[in-house]
Amino acid sequence: MKSTGMDLTPSTGAAPDVASFEQDAVTPPHARTGEEHGAVVDWERVAAMDEFRALVKAKLRFIVPATIFFVVYYFALPVLVGYAPGLMERKVIGVVNLAYLFALSQFFMAWGLAALYLRAAGRFDTMAARLIATLRGQRQEER
Amino acid sequence: MSPALLMFLVFIAVTLWITYWAARRSSGASAFFAANRQISGWQNGVAVAGDYMSAASFLGIAGIIAFQGYDGFMYSVGWLVAYLTVLLIVAEPLRNAGKYTMADVLAYRLSPRPVRAMAALSTLTVSTFYMIAQMVGAGALVALLLKETGISYEAAVIGVGILMITYVVFGGMLATTWVQIIKAILLMTGTVLLSVLVLAHFDFSLGKFFHAIAHVTYHENGVPVTKDFLQPGLRFTPPYGALDLISLGLALIFGTAGLPHILIRFYTVPDAKTARISVVWAMALIGSFYIMTTFLGFGAATIVGRDVIAVNGGTNMSAPLLAQALGGDIFFAFVAAIAFATILAVVAGLTISASTSFAHDFYTNVIHHGRARRAGEEVWVARVTAFVVGAVSILIAILLGPTANVAFLVALAFAVAASANLPVIVLSLFWRRFNTSGAVAGLGTGLVASIALILVSPSIMTDDPLFPLENPGIVSIPLGFLGAVLGALLRQEPTAEARFAELLVRANTGLGAERAVGH
Repeated sequence: MKSTGMDLTPSTGAAPDVASFEQDAVTPPHARTGEEHGAVVDWERVAAMDEFRALVKAKLRFIVPATIFFVVYYFALPVLVGYAPGLMERKVIGVVNLAYLFALSQFFMAWGLAALYLRAAGRFDTMAARLIATLRGQRQEER
Repeated sequence: MSPALLMFLVFIAVTLWITYWAARRSSGASAFFAANRQISGWQNGVAVAGDYMSAASFLGIAGIIAFQGYDGFMYSVGWLVAYLTVLLIVAEPLRNAGKYTMADVLAYRLSPRPVRAMAALSTLTVSTFYMIAQMVGAGALVALLLKETGISYEAAVIGVGILMITYVVFGGMLATTWVQIIKAILLMTGTVLLSVLVLAHFDFSLGKFFHAIAHVTYHENGVPVTKDFLQPGLRFTPPYGALDLISLGLALIFGTAGLPHILIRFYTVPDAKTARISVVWAMALIGSFYIMTTFLGFGAATIVGRDVIAVNGGTNMSAPLLAQALGGDIFFAFVAAIAFATILAVVAGLTISASTSFAHDFYTNVIHHGRARRAGEEVWVARVTAFVVGAVSILIAILLGPTANVAFLVALAFAVAASANLPVIVLSLFWRRFNTSGAVAGLGTGLVASIALILVSPSIMTDDPLFPLENPGIVSIPLGFLGAVLGALLRQEPTAEARFAELLVRANTGLGAERAVGH
């Protein structure tokens, strides 16, 4: 089912370089149908909706700590190897030292964090889908 | 005919057939620049891996580990961790809010012409410098791998150049994508086979393998020495070694997410969710590959030995010589063909990113103000650009010659991506107050700082350099951010702030994103 007439392009500013909501190509103003003209939605209004703010907040609550964690974890490797070589040269399993195991652990850290993000992103997708459904519902009511 | 030459010819034939197939299937801008956005998640993930892992990874890192042990392995870690930045921060908003290039996102709420002009300059700088490094390496390598055919460096450079131009000019993004996918599959197959053979050599005992790594014997100035290759400190030596490594790490972690040829790959998938899945696929492949450099590099150090590699072509030949020692001439030929495929896939990706940026950002949006042009003109300009960029790279590579030191060009490409591109991408996505003057200042500062610091680094000023590190990231990245923030604070731009809400909604929900063609 394809609903027409939901153009979220703002009434001010330059023409967007990407297609508007539910359209396959950028529609210049003169080519829009009357219904599309009447259906211009304010991006500010969407940005101010509770559902949208919750989505952005949820994303940042994952992305910011995750980014800080991996940056610290990654740079701990060259810092420790460079400035605490005695500690890193300590042999842990047979001849294998802490430096090698720490470097190896970085791979699993990256994969683990990616897996956690995939799971969290599924949640973000649901929130975004719900937001779009709400917008569609409002559009139907206004008609 | 030597087995290596035969395998090169098979690879060339297959990729030319793909180019023919792609050329027949695709017409129009979306097909040429973004393969109609119909590449699937796993396909794009494999292609990203193929676009990213250059000969510097396959042959270079194996060689560094074979010669300098642990430090080489530590060096390889950053190439995977960097993808967390791509996954968490850049890939999805880019796919949601852009069309063909990195600049689409930057220009979204800013004044398009100055921003696109600077972004195109930065893209062309990163792509051509990286490409020249690849071409010089390619020429030397192909001449070495096909030694018995007597092919010269110049002929090898011209051959690689003509192939990459052919893929891009006739097959566009679709052909480039499939060349990258085939290369990645070949690379992974070869690496897994080599790793298994190395383990088999040590009777599948990790204990024996690591014991051998801890006791590597070679000659230094004619004197035999035995070293523990698991211990750090063979490459990154005081006083600046650790700092240089941290600086390189910064350039990798923040530069990968600013590499134009990687970023444009996310426009080839149908939506942001698929872009995310493709990053995870790429991480699985890239991570597995770099873990296996343990077997490639340490295997070459223990089974072939530094002494033998040094007199048979040097560090870059570590992996091919290991293949010869373990699997004979046929396996050597296979690994040589993988190296060849690796080079071609990367230079094709660089060529298409340079030509897309010139055609879409500079020609259409800067020169012609983004107004609709004659149908097919943008693609035509991109094809001409691909030809010119390819021809210029061939020429520069031949002028530089096979012995030119080009490693610093790779450091420069990552430094520019991290210092110029990434700060501006992040600030335009996350900071409402960001504006045109901030973007222009950030791109300019990052670009100039990276180039200037490289010019006074030990790579260029061999004796008594003004800047002691080979990697400028630790200074140039903060400068890039500083330039972008100060530039933004200098001026008010109400329209840039007004359209922040629109970009935020589009980037986070996918409302109004470019859709796949043909659904």
